[in-house]
Amino acid sequence: MKTPRKSPGQEGSSMQYGFATIYWRDMIRFVRFKTLLVSSLLQPALWLAFFGIAMSSSFDKLITGIPVPPGVHVIGYLTFMGAGIIAMTTLFTSLFGGIVILFDKNWGLMREILASPMNRNHIIFGIGLSGVTKSFIQAIIIMTFGILIGAAFFDGFTAQQVVFGIIGVLAFVGMFALGFLFLSAAIAISMESPEGLQGVITLLTMPIFFASNALYPTDSFPEFLKILSVYNPMTLLITGIRYFAIGPDFMALGMHYQYTWSDILTAYAGLVAFAILTFGLAVWRFRKAVVT
Amino acid sequence: MPETEQEHGDIIIRVENLEHSYKGFKAVDGISFTVRRGEIFSFLGPNGAGKSTAINILITLLAKQKGSASVAGFDVTLDPQKVRESIGIVFQDITLDRDMTVWEILEFHGRLYNMPNEQRRKRIEELLDLVELAGKRDERTKHLSGGMKRRLEIARGLMTRPRVLFLDEPTIGLDPQTRLRMWDYIRGVNNEGTTIFLTTHYMDEADHLSDRISIIDHGRIVITGKPWELKNTLGRDLIYLETNDNDAAVRSLKDYPGIRDVKVKPKGFALMVNDDGSKVLPTIIETLRTAGIEIITINLKKPSMDDVFVFYTGREFRDENPPKIPRAGGQ
Repeated sequence: MKTPRKSPGQEGSSMQYGFATIYWRDMIRFVRFKTLLVSSLLQPALWLAFFGIAMSSSFDKLITGIPVPPGVHVIGYLTFMGAGIIAMTTLFTSLFGGIVILFDKNWGLMREILASPMNRNHIIFGIGLSGVTKSFIQAIIIMTFGILIGAAFFDGFTAQQVVFGIIGVLAFVGMFALGFLFLSAAIAISMESPEGLQGVITLLTMPIFFASNALYPTDSFPEFLKILSVYNPMTLLITGIRYFAIGPDFMALGMHYQYTWSDILTAYAGLVAFAILTFGLAVWRFRKAVVT
Repeated sequence: MPETEQEHGDIIIRVENLEHSYKGFKAVDGISFTVRRGEIFSFLGPNGAGKSTAINILITLLAKQKGSASVAGFDVTLDPQKVRESIGIVFQDITLDRDMTVWEILEFHGRLYNMPNEQRRKRIEELLDLVELAGKRDERTKHLSGGMKRRLEIARGLMTRPRVLFLDEPTIGLDPQTRLRMWDYIRGVNNEGTTIFLTTHYMDEADHLSDRISIIDHGRIVITGKPWELKNTLGRDLIYLETNDNDAAVRSLKDYPGIRDVKVKPKGFALMVNDDGSKVLPTIIETLRTAGIEIITINLKKPSMDDVFVFYTGREFRDENPPKIPRAGGQ
């Protein structure tokens, strides 16, 4: 070899872009698995189409008699639960986002990465970033499809407010997705089989989804469930989505919803705290991980 | 062991009293060896002998428990990052993403090691030519043959111009012709100056490729040396005999001058001869005839690596080729 020997990685031992490499590879896989790609994009739309339309046609009939205070913006059930569907889709996609780590581990592909000089935290960041990208795409599809079938997202907004609203929704979706992707990565690197991971994730999704305000108001919950729902990241996310996609003051299912800026900031701070917590968990699990 | 090593140039891998246990089972039981810069060094041993455990410690995937190990001058525990930057690895099982293309596999690897863009792209082209995969660059790896996959993995291991290339059972599951070509590639890489650390359970592979071999069994190094040195320890020739009374035959031949050792086999016995075997043969036949022992089979051969292995480990190599179940017993 004529070229002088120089070990790679010397010129940038900080490895600033390691996560971009992981991200690049995960996105290749995302677009290459056509069935997975199509189903992940179609599934949320189907939820909205079938569950949304069916539920809204009966719920909207039930609440027709309830008096509306003058000047309050009333929204249909489809709009109300549309925000919940965005959140649900983000939850599922994110919790399953770490499964690639498990596959890599079981197929021996993780060894290449772990034996490289790259800092392991970049794996967590890279997987997080690609999961967020997927969730963004899904959220945009649901919002677009929702509007097409009659959900009143961004209703009465100015163009500027729409842009601001979309950014707000994505900011909430992104932070929530990161929290659950980190959690998923932490579980995946610690587990041996995809079946086990699936079991754990199913066990987690149930309470997170149903102890939230995704499909119904939480006000009439029994006390313990109410407490659970208040601290549930899912509720925090949905609060944010509704604020940015519907508005700070609206009425749905006969309930009057009013959000202030401080409610929204608190909710966001909650999601940030959750993501920091799960990131710490993932870092710890990755440090412990032995893959041979 | 490290008595005369200094005279033989640079030491690139140094391992002393390395031990590793899994739940009380000692997979690696106190091994010491050194690898010199520029050589092909092999671990030869059956599945489960501890080869993979040792290699996993050297490539920093497994934490060291006892002893010391350094690669390219860096301690595997104190400076794992530096070790990782200095080595290339071809793992035992195929570790290629089925849905990535040949080019993407190399690109990904180069990026993992933070190679600058231009250097990375140039290196990919060099290596695609070297392993003759330039025409397959946009093919997904699932469509490659076993030999091509292995070649791609070798190219990947060389991406970063490592000082040491680790090859863990590089020709497992390949057909004989492909194996021969792999050996050529490995020799070629070595000729360009890369030190090679190889593990194998194929006798012929260790014999043909290595500058030096350590035979490893039950987590211990049984003997280390150049292939011919190892074979010479068994004497110049081996004479295998089956007779109608093996015990008596062994007794009458044991103290015969020029016979260095006798090894009893299930149906017969083997004589290790210091002299030219073909000259000793007539006398042996005569001796047995005089003693009234009838010879059933007799043959003469040069000691092979198999004989060396059997002699030093005291057992036959039963789980050799063809490999039955992939991963069986491997750690």
